[in-house]
Amino acid sequence: MSGKRWVVWLPLCAFGVIVAVVMWGLYLPADRTVHSAMVGKPLPAFTLPPIVPGKPGLSDKDFRQGKPRLLNVFASWCIPCIAEAPQLMTLKAAGVPIDAVAIRDTGPAITGFLRRNGDPYARIGDDATSRLQLALGSSGVPETFVIDGRGVIRMQHVGDIRPEDVARLQQALAEAEVGAE
Amino acid sequence: MTAEFGLAALWFAATLAVLQIALSGLALRRGRDDVAAAMRPVAIVQGALVALAMAALIACFLASDMSVALVAANSHSAKPWLYKFAGAWGNHEGSMLLWVTILGLAGAAVAQFERRLPERTLIATLGAQAAIALGFYAFLLFASNPFARADPAPADGAGLNPLLQDPGLAFHPPTLYAGYVGLSVAFSFAVGALLTRDVGPVFARAMRPWVLGAWVFLTLGITAGSYWAYYELGWGGWWFWDPTENASLMPWLAATALLHSVSVLATRDGLRAWTIMLAVVAFSMSMIGTFLVRSGILTSVHAFAVDPTRGSFILALLVIYIGGALALFGARVGTVRQGNLFDPLSREGALVVNNLLLSVILGVVLIGTFYPIVAGAMGVQLSVGAPFFDKTVGPLALLLVAVMAAGPLMRWRRDEVGAVIERLQWPIAAALFASVGVFVLGGWIGVLPTAGIGLAAGLAVASVAPLAKRNLRRAPLTLWGMVVAHLGVAVSLAGMAASSAFTTERLAAVYVGDPVRVAGFTVTLDGVRPVIGDNWTALEARLSVREGEDAPFVLRPQVRYFTTPVTTTNESAIATLAGGQLYTVLGALGDDGRWQLRLWWKPFVTLIWLGGAMIAAGGALSIVGHQRRGWMKRRRRAEMEWYA
Repeated sequence: MSGKRWVVWLPLCAFGVIVAVVMWGLYLPADRTVHSAMVGKPLPAFTLPPIVPGKPGLSDKDFRQGKPRLLNVFASWCIPCIAEAPQLMTLKAAGVPIDAVAIRDTGPAITGFLRRNGDPYARIGDDATSRLQLALGSSGVPETFVIDGRGVIRMQHVGDIRPEDVARLQQALAEAEVGAE
Repeated sequence: MTAEFGLAALWFAATLAVLQIALSGLALRRGRDDVAAAMRPVAIVQGALVALAMAALIACFLASDMSVALVAANSHSAKPWLYKFAGAWGNHEGSMLLWVTILGLAGAAVAQFERRLPERTLIATLGAQAAIALGFYAFLLFASNPFARADPAPADGAGLNPLLQDPGLAFHPPTLYAGYVGLSVAFSFAVGALLTRDVGPVFARAMRPWVLGAWVFLTLGITAGSYWAYYELGWGGWWFWDPTENASLMPWLAATALLHSVSVLATRDGLRAWTIMLAVVAFSMSMIGTFLVRSGILTSVHAFAVDPTRGSFILALLVIYIGGALALFGARVGTVRQGNLFDPLSREGALVVNNLLLSVILGVVLIGTFYPIVAGAMGVQLSVGAPFFDKTVGPLALLLVAVMAAGPLMRWRRDEVGAVIERLQWPIAAALFASVGVFVLGGWIGVLPTAGIGLAAGLAVASVAPLAKRNLRRAPLTLWGMVVAHLGVAVSLAGMAASSAFTTERLAAVYVGDPVRVAGFTVTLDGVRPVIGDNWTALEARLSVREGEDAPFVLRPQVRYFTTPVTTTNESAIATLAGGQLYTVLGALGDDGRWQLRLWWKPFVTLIWLGGAMIAAGGALSIVGHQRRGWMKRRRRAEMEWYA
């Protein structure tokens, strides 16, 4: 026994390592964001027809004009989309160009939604079968993507945009602008 | 009123735990016999009080007393009574109370029945047991009060997670907890022995039945849990390497190693420090398992409490108990006298290799379970699943099976290579024959399944070999216990290997009346109709299954819709046949009017759980054998004294 006295302390040391790991896991704020596999990838090629009169439809080429834009995935039937509308209006007022994809929706319903909640969108594409939504790796509405000037997805925001998220989106847009140059 | 009664009982039990610790200290320090005499009754009353608290909680659930917050959050008056009853522990607070109840009852059982342990070690053991209980009483009383009232009381409850609304909930958690917490006795024994420096065969013989008992419950709990997940989740798998499953597997591995090393200590007075170490590790793994599930740091289907405050509380308890015991081990084990030595090629040697392999597997599972947390802290999100565990644990487990086959055929202390090989010739022949046979009949199915089937055959022959040339009626029960348990491992392994290699799966979309073929069966969807249950409605498919020219039989898989809370569950329908199980799951109705059906033919899958039950039965036989041997010895001694 005398030759290997230190061995008897090994279990305690191993336990110490476990405790350190667990405390790390317990006290570090958990990262609950969904890490999209699409971040860093170019938008898939798509062309969506317009859904409301007087507003153009949407294609992936609209995102390759050199300036970063927001792509908002929304629907008139979605309650959180109403909740995030003021934040989208704030972003629009700050000069952020915003386009949208309407998921499984109709023209009159969208028109009513925009009349009630404000219209932050430059273009709205009609995605009646969720085809683009699936291609984007979006699992629900609303979701918002930051797309840089070359059509590359830089960020995916899952869920409604809260007031505290606005600054984060603006920062991502600014970084997308720098990164694309 | 019942709730307040339960809370009071819990407070009284906690107070008695304090008293028990104080008495233990006093008795050990001052050597007071009168104080020592009070220890046993205090421990028994403490166990009775906490059992009363558990009974009070069950009464609240049975009465659907919605003014108790826990009942309101987890029960519903329309639930069948069995789920009201079992629902008492189908939630965080209730399951922790059940945990502590078993802890208290285990302490009471030691106080009532333990007669072999030296008195001073017993006193230290009961003190340690009370110290563990006190921490968890504090956790319940300050951080997880199951009896808190809801004000105002809601009109009805929120209901129980429908996945848990299964008779399995009535048996699985209590059995598993009896195993988890039963290991606390081994832990307290080890701490007691370290405090009094009294480790030897007498100590080992006293500890063995408690270890075996906990291990039997743990084996049953894991086996039953595996079968429950198999039929209730509707995924067709029997083990998912989910963190919660790993949490129950780790104490089982440690306890398995412990019950083998405790046998070496009892018969040969070897492996003293190692046995103490394993006794500490086994219960530590139980506590870490509880912590993993309860703290929510590992997300899992089972983790119903995601609350960092509770996590911190339990972590503090773990640091105190496990850290304390391991520090005591480090400080004291050097003073425990060295036990007997032995030759590497001997039964002890094989048991040491078995212990090392079990420990390595335990380490691998531990690392695999914790690695996602480490990776998460480094900013990488990943999960460690079946591919990792199958590749690492699989080969180690097969090696372990090979050692298991050889070990019981070796002599104690020292053996000869030639003699061992001679005794192993039939098992080796059986292993080769089975492997080659499987290859000839079933083709190449991969290294692990082929080796698994071969080793299962070898182990089966080797397991019964110790009974050869013996009078079966006179063979001791403990030997029968080992034979049955080892044979159970062979049976279970054969089931695992065969079902993983030969399972056929068929996913089909069918119109009513369409036949689907799977592995020689023709399954026809006769129709789908709605059915109404106690607190659910369901769509039930009627499947007629025909195998060859036999008369068809009917299976009725369901999709159940629960309203409180709103959930859908798949109730698989399983036919157990001679060669395996046909497992059917009803899926969704497509736009085109076709129903999705998922069909599996799983040959020999039933052997997995049959083997598990045999392992547990072997443990039970062994307990009875050891107890009877002790009883006979005492009776013989009494007779001798009478003649003298």
